[in-house]
Amino acid sequence: MTDRVNPLRDPQDRRLPRIAGPCGMVLFGVTGDLSRKKVMPAIYDLANRGLLPPGFSLTGFARRDWANEDFAQIVHESVKQHARTEFREEVWKQLAEGFRFVPGDFNDDTAFNTLRRTIEELDEVRGTGGNHAFYLAIPPGFFGDVVGQLKEHGLAEAAEGSWRRVVVEKPFGHDLESARELNATLASVFPSGSIFRIDHYLGKETVQNILATRFANTMFEPIWNSNYVDHVQITMAEDIGIGGRAGYYDGIGAARDVIQNHLLQLMSLVAMEEPTSFDAESLRIEKLKLLQSVTLPRRLDLTTARGQYAEGWQGGEKVVGFLEEEGVRKTSGTETYAAITLHVDNRRWAGVPFYLRTGKRLGRRVTEVAVVFKPAPHLPFTRAATEELTHNALVIRVQPDEGMTLRFGSKVPGTQMEIRDVNMDFAYGGSFTESSAEAYERLILDVLLGDPPLFPRHAEVERSWQILDPVLDHWARKGRPEPYESGGWGPSSADAMLARDGRVWRRP
Amino acid sequence: MIELIDTNAAGIAAEFVASRLRAGSPAMSMVMTLIIVVDEDEAEDAMRVARQASHEHPARVLGVILGEARGTSQINAQVGTGAGWTGETALIRLKGEVVRHAESVVLPLLLPDSPVAIWWPSDPPENPAADPLGRLAQRRITDAAAASRGKGKAIHLQCSSYAAGNTDLAWTRITPWRALLAAALDQQPLKVSGGSVTAERISPSAELLVAWLADRLKVRVDRKNSRGPGITEVRLETKEGPIVISRRDGRLATYSSPERPDRPVALKRRQLPELLAEELRRLDEDDVYAATARKLIKLYPS
Repeated sequence: MTDRVNPLRDPQDRRLPRIAGPCGMVLFGVTGDLSRKKVMPAIYDLANRGLLPPGFSLTGFARRDWANEDFAQIVHESVKQHARTEFREEVWKQLAEGFRFVPGDFNDDTAFNTLRRTIEELDEVRGTGGNHAFYLAIPPGFFGDVVGQLKEHGLAEAAEGSWRRVVVEKPFGHDLESARELNATLASVFPSGSIFRIDHYLGKETVQNILATRFANTMFEPIWNSNYVDHVQITMAEDIGIGGRAGYYDGIGAARDVIQNHLLQLMSLVAMEEPTSFDAESLRIEKLKLLQSVTLPRRLDLTTARGQYAEGWQGGEKVVGFLEEEGVRKTSGTETYAAITLHVDNRRWAGVPFYLRTGKRLGRRVTEVAVVFKPAPHLPFTRAATEELTHNALVIRVQPDEGMTLRFGSKVPGTQMEIRDVNMDFAYGGSFTESSAEAYERLILDVLLGDPPLFPRHAEVERSWQILDPVLDHWARKGRPEPYESGGWGPSSADAMLARDGRVWRRP
Repeated sequence: MIELIDTNAAGIAAEFVASRLRAGSPAMSMVMTLIIVVDEDEAEDAMRVARQASHEHPARVLGVILGEARGTSQINAQVGTGAGWTGETALIRLKGEVVRHAESVVLPLLLPDSPVAIWWPSDPPENPAADPLGRLAQRRITDAAAASRGKGKAIHLQCSSYAAGNTDLAWTRITPWRALLAAALDQQPLKVSGGSVTAERISPSAELLVAWLADRLKVRVDRKNSRGPGITEVRLETKEGPIVISRRDGRLATYSSPERPDRPVALKRRQLPELLAEELRRLDEDDVYAATARKLIKLYPS
């Protein structure tokens, strides 16, 4: 391509969306939940919004005896069931001509030969121009096989002026060492700029809004430091159990599953310094810098907590405990609840603990970041008047009901002087996002456009494991997770952990 | 819905607060005020469109029905919140002398500080920016395609009275066409030597597309007639061959470009709620529309 400016483009013309250039995607693991519930619907939604290039092609690869039409049928069902936007025949027609299916095993040379021919044929008849993304919606254990095959069959090398990219999902390893191995596997085939790691949290509007809130306003940043902030709580609670994922979850646990990626990424966005701009490189530098100043407390036994859900009632339903779930070893020491304390050793955050917690089968499904402020240095009221006044807090609700809550003291009407906490809510969902894109739409489009700001880079992944590994080692050496009743807010050891610091968990 | 007969702006404002309190939620997260100037028989449809658009942009929606301007003034209003709305709504009927002073009713009802948009679903004033109600808004949305009289000239009229903040839904309608054409030249950076836009005989959107292409590409762009619906074909000539997007049925288009296979691409004509939602997404001046409006006047001096 030349450097000639496109006369129809104008930076002022912000109505025009970015449409991906000619390209195709190859999806490995088409029968999995991820593909059917997230990836395929997102592709349809993108097409429906006119953001996919004409000729976009989707190739499925799996060990199934399917023809192209069978694959199209699977996509059709998934789209009908899970797509966000309405089903329209003409959009389907645009997509459907570009469906291909290649049956085969990951170690089947003939299948990968067929895949190469399929891609070449697509370049020919659909004009995908040699640009292809390989989406590995498969367990990480197979990454090596697949990228090895891609390399061997010349699928990983892009011709001049075109691109090949690979997309992977968490988990990015299960500790530092395995993360390095995994990266080495991918990096031996694809250059680092072509590896896209999806952390779907980063595609969420509210998460991107954290940066807008912090850096586009004047009223938050001055108090965003240890002078005013008492501590920060980052919570991701799920109301469901492990479902049918025992095979994956047993041995992995909550900390590896959630804290290492989602929560540490959220934390880095909340706590990082202002980037010089919002391009990928500047963001990465600031996020990494923040993660590098994160330290663990010395006494891990006092500053971490873990639990395993026991049977109980969750939201009106009787549910079984983790150890009774099908496929879980009766002696499993895997935690389904994890809470850790982190410090950030820099000028802004010295002395402000960050409490990160996640768990399954908790009271309700919620993800939020609560910045809890220090009490006012002096209260010119009687003690009785402020008895019900707690800390001011700014809560960024990531999901569900995205938005922000500001919690502050206010006089109770009708009393002489009685001050109590009130909440002011900004329902982002209602305000802007009802018809806004799913995280996967945004991220898949960014992959096709080659726009990487929202994808964690390898250095961040490694650093996250470095932070977490000592905790995991400590847990592996000592004790077992404490059972907690399903439907509550986790084990008592987690409450004790905060009580030692004279604090309490928010009830989200 | 609460019916207020013979009321005034303060009465309507008080009812907004009262209904918020009744709903149990005194907090608001509305981001703008949307004024709709509409006739009695179109009011219901226009409010429905606004309701759908308000899902993306929670707004206080003020429907203003300007009645007969003779006789004693009367203001009646239907005020409501909730029930499918993400914001508040009032449908205000004016009669008598107050019709000429409608802005005095609307001004006190604007949300503090937030932006104001105004929409004329059918016949807009000739100069929206000079209109007393139009002056209150920073975004003035007209729809040349919905003009009930002088349809062929409606878009010229709007372009010649263009002022910062004006926009027309005929322009909004061609965003997908423009996006596709821009993407076509992203993919193949070819030098365009000429072009044509084919559409039904009266199509403000087609005139705008011609003006935009001519303005950006600095080439002659012809306007051809077809039986529609809407725009049916856009053709850009290049040395390597033409880039053609043709859409016969208003839904599915065929995209052809030199040395590439023909491909289908969904290009559906969009409905009003989508158009309005797009219009409300950005409230600053649309420079590209401004340039296109200037070009249109130059191409078709009246």
